[in-house]
Amino acid sequence: MGWFSTFTSSSIGKKFIMALTGSLLMLFLIIHFIGNMMLYFGPKAFDTYVDTLEIFKPLIRVIEVLLALIFIFHIYNGLKLWYENKKANPQKYAVNASRENSDIYSRSMAITGVTIFVFLIIHLSTFWATFNFGLHPNTEYPYYTIVTHWFQNPIYSLIYVIGMIVLGYHLNHAFQSAFQTFGWNHKKYTPLIKKIGTVYALILALGFASIPIYFFLMGGK
Amino acid sequence: MDNNHIHLTLNIWRQETPSSKGFFEEFKQDVSPDSSLLEILDEINNRLEAEGKRPIAFESDCREGICGTCGLVVNGNPHGPLPKTATCQLHMRNFNDGETLFIEPFRATAFPIIKDLIVDRSGFDKIQQAGGFVSFNAGSAPDANAILIPKKIADLALDAAECIGCGACVAACKNSSAMLFVSAKVSQFAILPQGQPERYERVQAMVKVMDENLFGSCTNTYACEAECPKGISVSNIARMNREYIGAKFKTEELVD
Repeated sequence: MGWFSTFTSSSIGKKFIMALTGSLLMLFLIIHFIGNMMLYFGPKAFDTYVDTLEIFKPLIRVIEVLLALIFIFHIYNGLKLWYENKKANPQKYAVNASRENSDIYSRSMAITGVTIFVFLIIHLSTFWATFNFGLHPNTEYPYYTIVTHWFQNPIYSLIYVIGMIVLGYHLNHAFQSAFQTFGWNHKKYTPLIKKIGTVYALILALGFASIPIYFFLMGGK
Repeated sequence: MDNNHIHLTLNIWRQETPSSKGFFEEFKQDVSPDSSLLEILDEINNRLEAEGKRPIAFESDCREGICGTCGLVVNGNPHGPLPKTATCQLHMRNFNDGETLFIEPFRATAFPIIKDLIVDRSGFDKIQQAGGFVSFNAGSAPDANAILIPKKIADLALDAAECIGCGACVAACKNSSAMLFVSAKVSQFAILPQGQPERYERVQAMVKVMDENLFGSCTNTYACEAECPKGISVSNIARMNREYIGAKFKTEELVD
């Protein structure tokens, strides 16, 4: 085996891939978040934003392919790690004391990750598919109308709120964990990194979740 | 019977052979609060032997918390509920009258059970043999301060070298990862001048053997640090990640 494949198949290498792909996804989420916030500036602002993206469509498509690859790497590698780690520790103790020595965010990365994956499939098959390939409503601001229309559905909105809470749990651990995996642990900065990670997770989870709640309560206006 | 004795119900893991099915056997025991957990096991064993029954197999050596031989899981906590304490230093005064304890061996694929509470920790030996040493001849004892090492660096190296290799980190980890142990062994050399010549070969060789011996990978839950009887810091794990990534990407040696 070459040195690089030795690295990527080692336990540290696999974690490095998780941290690297995860960090890129965290960057993407910031961009996605800023875009979504345009919804709060009214139909015109949001549709202008989406139309602006249309201009860069070829570039967007390339980014989408890259994103898909990053997602696939992250998910595949994560599931592989989960499976290997289950094999390394198949028998549990009679008394579960994990609450005393670790937090729920770190212990539940696999289950929150899979939940986010399910959410992602729902999200892509509805919004992304409709935005890109679906029939657009014959209104002045079609994209805004699509969003408000979907969030009329209480079950659909609820799925979004749950998905975002789970995402918050995942991100709260993900942010600081990536630094540790890259080997960046520092007496001065690590406590700050942990706080920034929690703030990041809170802002994104609450911000994203506020959208379905807001538009559901507004009743499609 | 002494008045200050407390009554405990101990459920202790019994397993005849590595392949046989284990079970919890219940023992009701009046114990002195001054006894250590290992002394309670000794008392139970005395009774079992007097009755002609098979005593409980468990490991211990120094019984003063420095050798790393003992290691039991008490109610889900490796080395029991007290922080920075080895099993031999866990005294019954830390438990309440009438309490029920579940005493089990460390559980990990890499640490197969040999008998009752004894597990095979030779995976750790193999990792040590892969790189936990300096291979040049150290000669006779050098003069003090012949190699100048700042106090802060010496402290860091000694903090890592405090690891007694008991395996509690593996037992505590939901992935049975040996990262805390290996990182302590890598760190104690990586930050000292004596460790420099083999610095990058060492980390690669030790991680390789760690992976081969079916230890899991690190999810950064930090359960290992919380349960470590010596309080080894997870900053060592970050250092090992740094050393390993650096060894793979920066150095020109091809080590697989």
